[in-house]
Amino acid sequence: MKKSITKGYIINIAVIAALMVGFELIKSATGDSQTFKLILVPSLWQCCYLIILAASLNLVLGFLGQLSLGHCGFMAIGAYAAALISLACERAGVFADKSSFSFILVLLGCILAAGILAALIGLLVGIPALRLRGDYLAIITLGFGMIIVNIINNLPFAGQEGLSLGSASASLYKNGLGFGTASKVTFVWVAIIVTLICLTMMFMFIRSKYGRAIKAIRDDEIAAAASGINTSYYKIFTFTYSAFFSGVAGALYACANATLSTSSFAFTNGGILNSTFIVVMVVLGGMGSLTGSVISAIIMFILNYEIKNGIWVKSLTGFLGGMFAYPMLVYAIILIVVIMFRPKGIFGTYELSLVNLIKDIKNYRAKKSKKPDKKEAK
Amino acid sequence: MRDKKEPVLETRHLGITFGGLKAVQDFNINIYEGELVGLIGPNGAGKTTVFNMLTGVYLPTEGSVILNGEVLNGKKPYQVVASGVARTFQNIRLFKQMSVIENVKAAITKDTNYNMLDALLRTPRFWRVERELTEKAMDLLAIFKLEGKADQLASNLPYGQQRKLEIARALATNMKLLLLDEPAAGMNPTETAELLECINTIRKRFGISILLIEHDMSLVMNVCERIVVIDYGLTIASGLPEEIAKDPKVIAAYLGE
Repeated sequence: MKKSITKGYIINIAVIAALMVGFELIKSATGDSQTFKLILVPSLWQCCYLIILAASLNLVLGFLGQLSLGHCGFMAIGAYAAALISLACERAGVFADKSSFSFILVLLGCILAAGILAALIGLLVGIPALRLRGDYLAIITLGFGMIIVNIINNLPFAGQEGLSLGSASASLYKNGLGFGTASKVTFVWVAIIVTLICLTMMFMFIRSKYGRAIKAIRDDEIAAAASGINTSYYKIFTFTYSAFFSGVAGALYACANATLSTSSFAFTNGGILNSTFIVVMVVLGGMGSLTGSVISAIIMFILNYEIKNGIWVKSLTGFLGGMFAYPMLVYAIILIVVIMFRPKGIFGTYELSLVNLIKDIKNYRAKKSKKPDKKEAK
Repeated sequence: MRDKKEPVLETRHLGITFGGLKAVQDFNINIYEGELVGLIGPNGAGKTTVFNMLTGVYLPTEGSVILNGEVLNGKKPYQVVASGVARTFQNIRLFKQMSVIENVKAAITKDTNYNMLDALLRTPRFWRVERELTEKAMDLLAIFKLEGKADQLASNLPYGQQRKLEIARALATNMKLLLLDEPAAGMNPTETAELLECINTIRKRFGISILLIEHDMSLVMNVCERIVVIDYGLTIASGLPEEIAKDPKVIAAYLGE
């Protein structure tokens, strides 16, 4: 047993290292081209925070079985916390410019602080909210998400009079976390490493007694309580843990954008950072599969990007062209199609494991080839 | 002969009313160590309500539940389990999307001694505790001959084995008193006989006390040392199986006068 674990670690690290080397090769080959600087790297940043966000919601929605529509609120907290702390650090003279070493420390510190602050608010929201279940919990978290966004909007040092104003946003870009094109390329490793750490932390969480306890609560709360599981403790703990990662995703968002505006976290926002959009990602990938969340976050990002920027969309005419003018309509249709044909999402509860990959594929093929035999026998 | 011992479970004038309905009144029962007591009664008599009061799902409106001298009233279900009372359900409640072994492991959560840091950093303690956990869970599954199906989804097990898994899960909580709510419901005679064997094995091996609700009279008369009969929330008889079988009140409650 121990041997296969060590083998697993080695394979995983090797694959990650190979991917990093591959990325560096792409960088050295096309590093100066506009495509790399203006499309690939910003896309990577966006993918990173979307992956963290989708995976963090999956903890609550897929593993704990509670529908939360307020995760964008936690993300907003993380984004604003990171941005404001970085501005304060600049004002206090902790770092002079983005090339200094102390900036990296500030950057990592901001990301961590953003997560912790979001987790604290998550705890405060979770304690009363998780007494409710199902639709009621969805409504109350939706409400909390909106309240959080509105509070930030009305804070004198953030919101409308702060970071979204022209001058203040310029200062975020100049003095704080907001990265320009060049810094995005320089610091892309931060986004990748933070994403990998977050995903690892979530995997470790679900593959432990905590994961078993929350899956038990998802499957049958009464039976979980009758098996000695303190259901409210584990629910609040998971909610807080999930809010932490939403906060981290928010900090990465603050890095990837030169301006922050609360409207991008609002529920009515038609863009990619909508709480329902993240729910679509989780459902599409499979509730209860972190692998699924990662893949579907990437798929949804590419789809969103293509709908907005793709040349092929403009060539569509008639009904299809009309539909693609409203991206939210496309996501809704995708969700309906997924629920009709693959109710458990693309991955269901399957988790990708590089060690078991070959075995899993063999099993899957064996199953597929078995099925027609059964029909013949009947 | 058991008089000198303190009872494991003792209830004193236990009762509950839902609005104007007196579901259970003046319920008194003493269960001693290693004893198997049956609780029978016609449908709707309040048997499951008694279970719910014993496990903290319902808060009794009168009387008290005492386990080894500790009052259980007002404790939450998970605290009652920690004190040592575990139960199964009339309609099976397994963790359906989890594997068989995970079902058992989840029930040991409260006795799993590692914290969040151990889990995140995968310390040696984490691996040691998890290994012990797997061994303990496999041991329990072996009693019910489920060890070969450890990695299957719980919902894919046949009905009889799901019942057994539920008992295994209850045993995993390390309890002193096991409450079985109709364990033989829906089982064929062969499966019931197997279940009987399992119940005897676990009594011998763990020395626990069992309170059993059952409609299958052959099972009740065979295994129970004492039987309590309730009807309309009132205890109408209690005693040895032979006495109960002859009791005119019991016959009247079951067959009508």
